Amino acid sequence: MGGVRVLVGTRKGAFVLKSDGKREDWEIDGPYFPGWEIYHLKGSPADPDRIYASQSSGWFGQLIQRSDDGGSTWQPMGNQFQYEGVPGTHQWYDGTPHPWEFARVWHLEPSLSDPDTVLAGVEDAALFCSTDGAQSWNELAGLREHGSGPSWQPGAGGMCLHTIVLDPSDAKRIFVAISAAGVFRTDDSGKTWRPVNKGLRSGAIPDEDAEVGHCVHRLARHPSRPEVLYMQKHWDVMRSDDAGESWQEVSGDLPSDFGFAIDVHAHEPETVYVVPIKSDSEHFPPEGKLRVYRSRTGGNEWEPLTTGLPQANCYVNVLRDAMAVDSLESCGVYFGTTGGQVYASNDAGDTWAAIVRDLPSVLSVEVQTLP
Amino acid sequence: MIRVVLPAHLRELAHLGREVSVEVSGQVTQRSVIDALEEAYPVLRGTMRDPVTKKRRAFVRFFACEEDLSHASPDAPLPEVVATGAEPFFVVGAMAGG
Repeated sequence: MGGVRVLVGTRKGAFVLKSDGKREDWEIDGPYFPGWEIYHLKGSPADPDRIYASQSSGWFGQLIQRSDDGGSTWQPMGNQFQYEGVPGTHQWYDGTPHPWEFARVWHLEPSLSDPDTVLAGVEDAALFCSTDGAQSWNELAGLREHGSGPSWQPGAGGMCLHTIVLDPSDAKRIFVAISAAGVFRTDDSGKTWRPVNKGLRSGAIPDEDAEVGHCVHRLARHPSRPEVLYMQKHWDVMRSDDAGESWQEVSGDLPSDFGFAIDVHAHEPETVYVVPIKSDSEHFPPEGKLRVYRSRTGGNEWEPLTTGLPQANCYVNVLRDAMAVDSLESCGVYFGTTGGQVYASNDAGDTWAAIVRDLPSVLSVEVQTLP
Repeated sequence: MIRVVLPAHLRELAHLGREVSVEVSGQVTQRSVIDALEEAYPVLRGTMRDPVTKKRRAFVRFFACEEDLSHASPDAPLPEVVATGAEPFFVVGAMAGG
C-alpha cells in the first residue's frame, strides 16, 4: 500500500500533507514560503520528488520554486516571463483596450514524461514553457496570437490562464482554459491554437454562444478517455465527448450549477465531482451546506456527499484548483476551502474528514500517489 | 560599500540578515544599487522591480536619510552619506495591508 502527499497552496504559504495508504493519520509540514501567495504546486508525474511551486506577492512579484526531494527543500528558479514580441492589447473590464501585462503564474503543469519540462499558465493570459526545470521560460505565443486575443476580457479574478490539460495519448495535444475567453486546443505542441467552445452558452456576454468570451472555470478529464472533457463553467457543468469540438450541458439536478472545482474519479471515467456554489455574487455553498456532488453517469444525475462535511452555517468557497484525486485502489478525493480547511475522503467521496482546519485561505490542492 | 536594509520577505528569500553590503562601481544610484544587489543575490531579480521593464514595483519603496526616494529618477545620485556607507539605503515593502 502506497502513500499520498497532498500539496496545498494558500494565500500565505504552502503546506505538504502526508499520509500512508489508509489516509487516516496525517503529518502536516509547512508553512513553506510563509507570507507569500502560493497559487499552485504540482509534482512531476515522471518524478514524484520533483515539485514546482508558483510563489507570488503583490509587493515582490513572481518567483518559481522547485523541489527535488518531495517538498522538503526548495530552490528558486527562473522568474522572467516575457511575452513574445509586442504583446498588444486585450479588452479591459470596461471594454477598452488594455496592454497585456504579466501579473502572476496561476497554474503549473509538469510534463507527463519529462521532469524538466513544465508549462505555466499566467495572468495576463498566456502559456509559457520551460524545458530546463524552470530555469528559463519561453512563451508559446501561438495561443495569444491566434487571432481572438484582442477580444479576451478578464473575469473577476483577472484574465488568467488557469487550466492546462495534457493528453496522455497524444503529446502534441494540449487544452487550456482562460477566464474569460474559453477553451483553446493545440494539436501541434502549442504552435497553433483554436477555440473549442461550441455548445457553451453564457448569458453574461452579448452573443451567448460566441466562439470566444466564455468564463470557463476549470476542466477535468480521465487519463483513459482523453477525448472526454468535463467543465465547470461560470454557470453550467458541461461535457465534451469529442475533445472539445462540441459541448453539452450536464448540470442536471445540481442545486446550483455555478462553481469552480471539478474532477474525475481515478478509476471510473464517468464518475465526476463538483462543489456547487450558490452564485457568482454569493461565493458560498447553497443553504450553508458544504456538499460535494458526485455523478456516476458522466453528469446529469448527481448525488450529494455530505458525511463528515459541515451541513449548517458553512460559507466558504472552493476555488478552481483546489480539488484533486489520488489513484490508490479506493480513490481518494481532496479539496480545500477559502476558510482554510482541507477535507479528504478515502472512499471516493462517501465519507469525509478534515485533514487540517485552520490554514490560510486555500488556493490549490494537488495530490501525489506515492509508491 | 553600500549598506542596504531589506524587508523581511526578501531577507528570508536570499538568506540574509537585516542589512547587507554591496559594492557599486561608478555612480551610486537606485539603479546601480539594485543592479549590484541582483548581481550578488540572483534570487532577488524581479522582486524589487519588474524583470523586463526594470520599473520599481508599485508596492516597493526606496528610502534613505528619512526621505522617500521612490519617485526620484533611478539614475539620480543617492545622497553622499549613502554612497559613503554612513547611512543605509532602505528597500521597504509599502504598507498596503495583507
